[in-house]
Amino acid sequence: MPSPAGTPDADPVRASAGAPAADRAGGPAGEPLIEVRDLTRVYRRPRTSLTRPGEAVHALKGVSLTVHRGERFGIVGESGSGKSTLLRLLCALDRPTSGSVTFAGREVAGLPERSLRFLRRSLQIVFQDPMSSLDPRMRVRDLVAEPLVALGEPVGDRVAELLDAVGLPASAAERYPHQFSGGQRQRIAIARALAPRPEVLVADEPVSALDVSVRGQILNLLADLADELGLTLVFVSHDLAVVRHLCETVAVVHDGLIVETGPVDDVWEAPGHPYTRALLAAVPTLEGML
Amino acid sequence: MSGRRLNLGLATGGALVGVVVAAALVSFVWTPHDPTLVDAAGKLREPGGGYLLGADKFGRDTLSQLMVGARTTLYVGVVAVGIAAVVGTPLGVAAGMAPRSRGWLSELIMRVNDLVFAFPALLLAVMLGAVYGAGTLTAMIAIGVATVPAFARVARAATMQVMVTDYVLAARAAGRRGPAIALRHVLPNIGSVLIVQASVSFAIAILAEAALSFLGFGTRPPTPSWGRMLQESQELLFSTPRLALWPGLAIALAVLGFNLLGDGLRDHLDPKLRNARG
Repeated sequence: MPSPAGTPDADPVRASAGAPAADRAGGPAGEPLIEVRDLTRVYRRPRTSLTRPGEAVHALKGVSLTVHRGERFGIVGESGSGKSTLLRLLCALDRPTSGSVTFAGREVAGLPERSLRFLRRSLQIVFQDPMSSLDPRMRVRDLVAEPLVALGEPVGDRVAELLDAVGLPASAAERYPHQFSGGQRQRIAIARALAPRPEVLVADEPVSALDVSVRGQILNLLADLADELGLTLVFVSHDLAVVRHLCETVAVVHDGLIVETGPVDDVWEAPGHPYTRALLAAVPTLEGML
Repeated sequence: MSGRRLNLGLATGGALVGVVVAAALVSFVWTPHDPTLVDAAGKLREPGGGYLLGADKFGRDTLSQLMVGARTTLYVGVVAVGIAAVVGTPLGVAAGMAPRSRGWLSELIMRVNDLVFAFPALLLAVMLGAVYGAGTLTAMIAIGVATVPAFARVARAATMQVMVTDYVLAARAAGRRGPAIALRHVLPNIGSVLIVQASVSFAIAILAEAALSFLGFGTRPPTPSWGRMLQESQELLFSTPRLALWPGLAIALAVLGFNLLGDGLRDHLDPKLRNARG
């Protein structure tokens, strides 16, 4: 079993987050951390005609949601539902057409990169495909240390500490990403995301590119780390069963809108929207197992 | 890991380039004869007796001239490709990294690029030669400037491919800004493409230098140059064809060598093949 990240008592994130176990049991207990209001994003396709502008694609049509501190928040939707767009906007990797995203009370949407340091420090992302999210030309040491270097923080022994926390040997630091399996690579990506001791970990379908056999390991690792470090988790998936396993609150995204939101068990037991029912019907095998 | 298959083109190209480089290096310390020594008695000497490839109409040893000519060729190639790479790569990377909101920057760079691209290297060299006096330096600069657009385009295309990858997105999410992303993520990942481009551009530069010297706009006498050796042998083409044969062959093989090297490197450095090796 991987040991906890470093010395837990020395970790300011954990210390400030109080007792995560209570959050888990009691649902959204902390104050609002991420607030999204009426968020829209319109993409314009490249023009195909000389006289008419390109076709507009409404990826998000006015989304509002609130993620509380210490909460595990799931976002569920099919491909093309707008969940990836929503995620990019949450992480300030894209600019919304209108609406606002605030993090700990500070506006994030549309800020220039140089004003986003506070967000980069506090919110980190694990991408879907660890084959493409790790630069093939960089050693694991440099990959994991990158957020620290970018934020101008000392690296020290942090890389070994992080590799240990995600269950990789310290010798992994000198190797290149292509020398690892998919599951190991995702562990590297998680180690990188944890490097600046973020408050929030955003995971974009972190297991959908992995072998079924290692998905459980990665999900459990995320759950354990979230507990140990008192992380707020924003977990995006197309699989409601996975979200139910990991999260306590869920928002169902469909066609650029949030069609249903609430405690995951309520949504699971009594889906209010036809689309949620369709999503549930799409996982009948797990229904039987659970 | 299975052993790297040594591709035949790469090996051939490497060998040909190796011969040219070796000849140039050896010429610094040793040549069979002084390549510029005019010897009226040895005029049009036949091959043999210490003169392996014979001598030209001034009695200069052909082999020695070829060896020192390789030096000129490589010198011009290195400087011209160097200019093109140093100027073209940053322009291409900047154009490729410009976000949509700064699309005008990309457009500006690439349209100016097109303008230069429309100018043939030879025309530019003749023009510069007419203004500043013909010589190796003007030839190198002209060839280099004319090669900049090729580099900028290749660098831009490769950069655009890198910019849409998740690892660049991850670097941005980690707090990296443009210059750091360019240095730490973009350049290492487009390096192989640039090396291939450098090799191919080198071949073109060799050809351009030979052409310029042939026309009298390149290397000045008495410095030996393959292009001028060709030009000097012109009037003797039917009586002593070997004088045109050797420099012609040297140019052809050097160009072939760099082209094969470029092609071979392209296959060898292909990131898809590299990842497949796992």
